[in-house]
Amino acid sequence: MSDALSEHPHSLAGALPLARSAIWKDGLLAAAAWGVAAVITYALPDVISWGATDLFALLVAIGAAFFLAAAVFVPRLSREPKTLIHYGPWYIAIGIWFALWELTTAKLGWLPKPFFSPPQGLLHVYITDWSRLLICVAYTARLWALGFFSGIAVGFVAGVALGWSKRFSYWGMPVLKLIGPVPASAWIPCTFFIFPSTFHASIFLVALASGIPVAILTAAGVEQVNRAYYDVAKTLGASNRYLIYRIAIPASLPNVFVGLFMGLYYSFAVLVVAEMLGAKFGLGWYLQFNTAYSAYANVYAALIVMALICAGLVRLLFTLRNRLLAWQKGII
Amino acid sequence: MALAHETTGNPSPAIALGVEGVSHRYDLGDRLLPVLDGIDLHVTPGEFVALLGPSGCGKSTLLRLAAGLEAPTRGTVTEDGTPITRPDPDRILVFQEATLFPWLTVRGNVASGLEARGLLKSQGHRIGEVLKLVKLEGFEEAYPHQLSGGMAQRVAIARALVNDPKLLLLDEPFGKLDSLTRLNLQKELLQLWKEAGFTALLVTHDVEEALLLADRVIVFSDRPARIVAEVKVEKPHPRRRDDAELIALRRQLLETLGVSHDV
Repeated sequence: MSDALSEHPHSLAGALPLARSAIWKDGLLAAAAWGVAAVITYALPDVISWGATDLFALLVAIGAAFFLAAAVFVPRLSREPKTLIHYGPWYIAIGIWFALWELTTAKLGWLPKPFFSPPQGLLHVYITDWSRLLICVAYTARLWALGFFSGIAVGFVAGVALGWSKRFSYWGMPVLKLIGPVPASAWIPCTFFIFPSTFHASIFLVALASGIPVAILTAAGVEQVNRAYYDVAKTLGASNRYLIYRIAIPASLPNVFVGLFMGLYYSFAVLVVAEMLGAKFGLGWYLQFNTAYSAYANVYAALIVMALICAGLVRLLFTLRNRLLAWQKGII
Repeated sequence: MALAHETTGNPSPAIALGVEGVSHRYDLGDRLLPVLDGIDLHVTPGEFVALLGPSGCGKSTLLRLAAGLEAPTRGTVTEDGTPITRPDPDRILVFQEATLFPWLTVRGNVASGLEARGLLKSQGHRIGEVLKLVKLEGFEEAYPHQLSGGMAQRVAIARALVNDPKLLLLDEPFGKLDSLTRLNLQKELLQLWKEAGFTALLVTHDVEEALLLADRVIVFSDRPARIVAEVKVEKPHPRRRDDAELIALRRQLLETLGVSHDV
């Protein structure tokens, strides 16, 4: 389970050492792909005006120039930039993707108009609406942080209690199993009744989405701890407190992290629902608002921002896990 | 030597273990499984006793009772005459599996007993000493998954010894190791026992191991286990595997166990 979650960012680069050739081939190909995309964007006419077409062409051209320079200089560097080389094929693919995207949307108009937006459409959104997007990011960050951290804190404590105490588990486990699969939106009516404000209700929904997987997996982890560890610790003079804090919790940490990863994904999925509850700003709100107005370019632009933030947080969680679970065999 | 008892107020490094009329059974839900049947056994302070018997006969259960992890269904288990009711770091159990805590380094594992009792500050220096005794200096920061089976079992023994046990309970501690490692560890265990002077109770199904190490070998029957024979091994250490006296004893013990000496 844990192996499936581990990342191997350098395995490819490690397996194929860069030959000492005079030129970085992937860089050259990436430069070509980006160059073609820039030329298509600049030279061919748009079906309708999207704004920011020239700017997008310029940015892609700068990208092409960068890869061209990299293709020439990378082999001459004393220490090869591993990450850059590792993602070489991706840069080529992105260049090709830009070119096809341009052709099918802005240049040929094959994909129907309001639903699909060319890259310059998204760029245009970032240029014209960046201040509102930024405010939305801040609002969402506040809601997410409050919900996620309170959710995983409660979920973790509840999970340890459920896994450790037979009595807790007798009453708690059936309840948890019942409410676990209930979709977040189904909670909206009762949260309105229970919580003083819609903001609190939104926090609750995010907390619930992130807390439940953490609770279930922590409980399972604590329950699965090898009984022999407890026997050893007891003969060494351990108190109950020591058994919980120094044996049960560290032993179940791998499971807790699986729960945290699940909670992180669920918390992002539930943001849109949570921001349905009378929010004035926020990425989820932004998505709904612009969907209602068929401003799909704005929707895509916000989705990309959301995906990048989520990916960044997943990355952070991986780093934390690798540090805390360094004792596990073959994790790093 | 490093295991000198300068820190303990108690002048005796060992305890007497008394097992009186002990019977024990496990509740399997649908039936009761008797594992021990009327065991009487007295181990004097500092004695090395081996419990020999077919696997699954209940020898390990006797160690769990002596460790205080379980209470006997009938009879009493005593240390120096006082009934044993709960685990105590005076009586430490070493399992067949090293059962090291995988999230702790070698040092952390050895320190865990001291830490659990709040003695890390005053007794922390002993960690280095016992690691030296089990020949693991330089591996303090290694994690259990980086160790071989023999090294892991050495750490488990160090983790027990750092607490200055007066009774060391060994449950087939070398059973899963390759034979060369086993020979080395048997020798080291004997050395440690001589230096520290604790009482040792070793469960094994290896007749040769019992004869090489123990002052007395107790033979158990099949489950429910009864004591069927007792052999005193007078031969002083160091003992030779091919010693005629030991070979004669070995033949005698194997016959008691119902196994032929010859293949």
